Amino acid sequence: MSLTISRAMVDQILEQSRAEYPDEACGVILGPLGADTPKRLKPMINAAHSPTFYEFDPKDLLALYREVDDRDEEIVVIYHSHTETEAYPSRTDIAYAGEPGAHYVLVSTREEIAPATEFRSYRIIDGVVTEEPVTIQD
Amino acid sequence: MTTAAIEVRIPTILRPYTKDAKVVSADGADLKSVISDLDRQFPGLAERLLEDGALRRFINIYVNDEDVRFLGGLDAALKSGDSITVLPAVAGG
Repeated sequence: MSLTISRAMVDQILEQSRAEYPDEACGVILGPLGADTPKRLKPMINAAHSPTFYEFDPKDLLALYREVDDRDEEIVVIYHSHTETEAYPSRTDIAYAGEPGAHYVLVSTREEIAPATEFRSYRIIDGVVTEEPVTIQD
Repeated sequence: MTTAAIEVRIPTILRPYTKDAKVVSADGADLKSVISDLDRQFPGLAERLLEDGALRRFINIYVNDEDVRFLGGLDAALKSGDSITVLPAVAGG
């Protein structure tokens, strides 16, 4: 269990997270069905517009799943940012994690570690969080 | 077994209930009865969709691509040929 991701995508997620601060930023990375390879980054709107919560708009969510189906893709990564806390799944992240096949990526842009950031990946299945190594490819 | 008239798309996380079937069929004149029929076929499924008799906040149900919350929720009228999609919210803190 591990996540391999390009530097460009990591940078794009961090950039989005900074741009949407103080709200949490969120999105997905899609890839060919069954390949478990993140290929196409798709930032999503945080419909909650909140520093402590994120949620895809239900309309956007349906459109996303339709698009994924039409293109024979899968949701490889679901990411969001934590703006004040470490990049570890919160209780609500664990409670609502609904994609057992996805890598849940958390980034943290909290001030106390700035300009450094955190970028970590987890599996969240049946309430159990397992961190996995991340390999960033240049 | 009732006449299977409404197609229901099941998300990955709930497929353990449907023996991994992605699409199942159910019958009912409104969403509430379709969920009852689903639970009859796949015991335990209703519990994942409902909480205290209402739709769960973090489960989205669409009828013909429209969010069922705008169609009357559990009372949303359904007819043969309608298509239901169930998707867990992507949300967290």
